[in-house]
Amino acid sequence: MIWWKHNISFRPAFTDRWLCWLLRAGAITAALIMVLILLFLLLEYWPAFQKISPVRFFTDDAWYPLEDQYNLLPMVTGTLYASSGALLLAIPLGIASALFMAFYAPHFIAVVYRRLIELLAGIPSVVFGFWGLTTLLPIINQWEPPGASLLAAILILTLMILPTLALTSYVALTAVPKEYMQAATVLGLSRWGIIYGVVLPAARKGIVAGGLLAAGRAVGETMAVLMVAGNVVQHADSLLAPIRTLTANIALEMAYAMGDHRAVLFVSGLLLLFLVMALTSLAGLLGKEHHG
Amino acid sequence: MRGWKQPGWRYAVTSTIAVLVLSGLCTAVMATSHKLVLTGSSTVAPLAAELGRRFESMHPGVRVDVQTGGSSRGINDARKGIADIGMVSRAIKPNEQDLQAFTIALDGVGIIVHASNVVASLTRQQIADIYTGKITNWRDAGGKDARITVVNKAEGRSTLELFLAYFRLKNSDIKPHIIIGDNQQGIKTVAGNPFAIGYVSIGASEYDAQHGVPIKLLPMNEVAASVANVRNGSYPLARPLNLVTRTAPTGLVKQFIDFARTEQVHDLVEAQYFVPASVH
Repeated sequence: MIWWKHNISFRPAFTDRWLCWLLRAGAITAALIMVLILLFLLLEYWPAFQKISPVRFFTDDAWYPLEDQYNLLPMVTGTLYASSGALLLAIPLGIASALFMAFYAPHFIAVVYRRLIELLAGIPSVVFGFWGLTTLLPIINQWEPPGASLLAAILILTLMILPTLALTSYVALTAVPKEYMQAATVLGLSRWGIIYGVVLPAARKGIVAGGLLAAGRAVGETMAVLMVAGNVVQHADSLLAPIRTLTANIALEMAYAMGDHRAVLFVSGLLLLFLVMALTSLAGLLGKEHHG
Repeated sequence: MRGWKQPGWRYAVTSTIAVLVLSGLCTAVMATSHKLVLTGSSTVAPLAAELGRRFESMHPGVRVDVQTGGSSRGINDARKGIADIGMVSRAIKPNEQDLQAFTIALDGVGIIVHASNVVASLTRQQIADIYTGKITNWRDAGGKDARITVVNKAEGRSTLELFLAYFRLKNSDIKPHIIIGDNQQGIKTVAGNPFAIGYVSIGASEYDAQHGVPIKLLPMNEVAASVANVRNGSYPLARPLNLVTRTAPTGLVKQFIDFARTEQVHDLVEAQYFVPASVH
């Protein structure tokens, strides 16, 4: 320990400088990839830019790309409804699961429960989609046809992001220093008082980061949603109405699209990127709020 | 199925690479010409991949590369010379007469409903009315009192194109409840919904219907939707599967097209639930 302390009081060691440049190179590469993706999407849209002005993606009557109508707005709302609905369901469930694992469950049960959640996180999305198509849709269909709906998309997405939320929240909760809890216990707080007043605020950043990760997955999920959401391009007027998300739009039509139709599908991708950017900044704000 | 690639990103990447390789090694490829590139309709692709495999085994040193991307891409690639042969799952349009087309098989589009549906047949007008939202309950089409779930295909698919042309509809006239991508998704959707109606390739749906999937094919104009009726030409809602080339085929391209139209590949055509075109 002593020699180590002694060492860092000098100029940074050779390895440190190497590491510093290595990390810089890594960071620049990551940022560059992001910029390249943006450029790529813009470049693919460019051939159609002269004919189809960006305003038309929000003002056209509907989405019939082969009949020269390019309204993407219903798919933006579809994506937002589906992923925010899923977050609304998954966040309380995820945090509750994490609290259960960290504070309430006996050790053995907590371990088994965590293994189960980890298993859930590893299931490929297409399996969820297939289950939804063959099991969930017929159930919803008996209640209100056609079954394929915003509700089905929300439920499938909830199942998919729940493990992410539960596991990241759990990690955030267990990272709270033991001293905080000891101090709170000494002050005579109840268990719920400690959790609500001390642990949750201290773990806030980690939980928000997990939420952001989950939101990103929900917005970007394609196959599972494609299989259960119905994919009709419309603003959902109820939970049981079919919707199409931006990702599903790309997956459904890209393989068969030509010319302008193809170029506009890249705008779907651009919108998706902007949506994720907005989400990231929002999470940044939420994360700061209490500390600022 | 291993020989052909899924459409989408991989297609974009592979086609970009293919273009780069082709332009870069143009002279080399021209000189040896041991590789055949087929692109286009995902309906034709599995068949083309099988044909390619047998062709490869008969002509050592030849490689047949099959990539999907839709009929319009097949036309486009053949026209630009990106592919040696384009695959097109519909009849050639008047503005595509500059290309040489060779029919290798026929495929019918069948209307499917759930097996438990009591409706035994629908008229052309009834089907059009169901798809345009004028009939919304099976009661009005001779069935039970239940709302109809209309299953439509995503824009750009040749099955949709054929369906719209036959019923003289525009896609914006259709009031769908579910929009699907490929045939299998359509079959699974209808099999899981007792009151759904959809349309898919007859070859695939006839096979599934005979093997326990709860769907049934409705006749069209009183002609049963079956592979047999597509073959004898009596089934109206059918399409030819074509191979297209920019110029009259020569050399390896000609050999492959001739091979694809001989009797010795009928087993491959039938294995894909298509109907062989007339023998030459």
